[in-house]
Amino acid sequence: MELTGIAAYLVSFFTFVGIYSVLALGLNMQWGLTGQFNIGIAGFFAIGAYTSAILTTSETTRHLGGFDQPFLVGLAGAVAASALLGLAVGWITARLRTDYLAIATIGIAETLRLVIANEGWLTNGVRGVSGIQRPLDGTFQALGLGSGLGSLLVVLVFVGIAYFFAERARCSPWGRVLRAVRENEPATEAAGKNVGRFRLEAFVVGAGIMGLGGGLYAHHFGFLSPEAFLPLYGTFLVWVMLIAGGSGNNKGALLGAVVIWIIWSGSEFVMRGVLPEGYGGHAGPLRVILIGVLLQVILITRPEGLLPEKAPRDIGKGAGRRES
Amino acid sequence: MSLEVEPGSITGLIGPNGAGKSTLFNIVAGLIRPDHGRVYLDNRDITGHPPYQLFHQGLVRTFQIPHELARMTVRENLMVVPPGQTGENLLASWFRWGRVRRQEASVREQAEEVLDFLSIRHLADERAANLSGGQKKLLDLGRTMMTEARAVLLDEPGAGVNRTLLGRITDAIQRLNRERGYTFCLIEHDMDLIARLCDPVHVMANGAVIASGQMSEIRQNEEVREAYLGGAAAREGEAQ
Repeated sequence: MELTGIAAYLVSFFTFVGIYSVLALGLNMQWGLTGQFNIGIAGFFAIGAYTSAILTTSETTRHLGGFDQPFLVGLAGAVAASALLGLAVGWITARLRTDYLAIATIGIAETLRLVIANEGWLTNGVRGVSGIQRPLDGTFQALGLGSGLGSLLVVLVFVGIAYFFAERARCSPWGRVLRAVRENEPATEAAGKNVGRFRLEAFVVGAGIMGLGGGLYAHHFGFLSPEAFLPLYGTFLVWVMLIAGGSGNNKGALLGAVVIWIIWSGSEFVMRGVLPEGYGGHAGPLRVILIGVLLQVILITRPEGLLPEKAPRDIGKGAGRRES
Repeated sequence: MSLEVEPGSITGLIGPNGAGKSTLFNIVAGLIRPDHGRVYLDNRDITGHPPYQLFHQGLVRTFQIPHELARMTVRENLMVVPPGQTGENLLASWFRWGRVRRQEASVREQAEEVLDFLSIRHLADERAANLSGGQKKLLDLGRTMMTEARAVLLDEPGAGVNRTLLGRITDAIQRLNRERGYTFCLIEHDMDLIARLCDPVHVMANGAVIASGQMSEIRQNEEVREAYLGGAAAREGEAQ
């Protein structure tokens, strides 16, 4: 009995790590490669989750829905909706740099969360969307493998896909231009690159990946409420993961998701054990403080993260030279 | 003011601090839109074109303060430059990987040639941030060699560069001018370097060209002497 408990816990643990990995890969595209300070990740996360939920749920009076689409369509919709939001935000904020972009994005994410909480016809407001399909769940339960394993499998497959495309993008000339933009915009512009175009593309693609993370979250949980998209869970943790893992490094994004989720979820048990009777209510805020302190320590001791950025491998190696 | 740079020349632009040399460069290079006046490249009006478009028309520039891509390798600093890389299109990078890879191989080869030309091949995998000031200037020059440039604007290519490296930079400029037909226009405070490289030389002061000609003639020009000395005298006055 104990073992199944641990196994079930691990399944849920890695599903969350997977979902956060996808979000961190999206942020790495925007911040790690391009230097775009998006602290409104929660907004893209939320729009992806709700889009997929609304597209895939059956007829209900509680919120917009009844489209009854398979979950792959839902995920595609999540990516598209989030990328579209990214396009709008990226276009509006085209002239904003770092800190100003940060202010704009956090504002947009909070606005979106309030819209979700208040537009009941669309999202059922704070009561949330329930009954979202959990792919492969039935199949796995029929096989006696318990719930959760299906979600994990789906999430891991999409982490793999997201990583593949993110890494190929990073190693390509496209990724090289993004990194040049991050390092020095005037020099990149002087090298004939349309900096505005590249910034917008990176922002949109990063947003799309975040939307995928949202869709995966919806189909893992089967239930959504605006609570899940508070800045702490939707934005702050993702940032800590990328910074800890290694900004600019896709493997770092994955590693950061694992490490920080271990610390974050582990701290819950530690707090429970450590805090004296009657102080249980302080556990939540203390965990946030702990993560904040950890971020400081990382920034001071390992500013480039656990896996510092490396120049991409030579992708031209071994390639024939038919064209030049 | 009016200033013309002859195709195939190495034209020097000198003048006391605050004369407007860098501002002029920034206007020509599209960073600043002029209130009035026009800029022509090969008789084509390029006034107000953004820098990235000017690059594709063959006008390339370097900056007074080296603009290296700090956390990228020296090789990457060069490889990012060539225009027309298929892999700069994200969809092509995802779905036409073979073609992107082949092109990458040839861009890399081009970068190796430039590294050899500048004798900095041993620095290829070094982060650009770790280069010395002079090496960064050399790299800036190398970046202009990664494209088919016609006119190159160099903003103080010799500033803060030690003698040995300076020799390499001037050699490179002369060779590029001779072998690849680059037209150069450069701002510089090192009069020896100007005398060695440039013909003609234009002197600017207070936003206007006050003298033009060979360096030997310029040295004799009273107005030029006054512009430099007058400037210095005025600054001394301010200091008191």
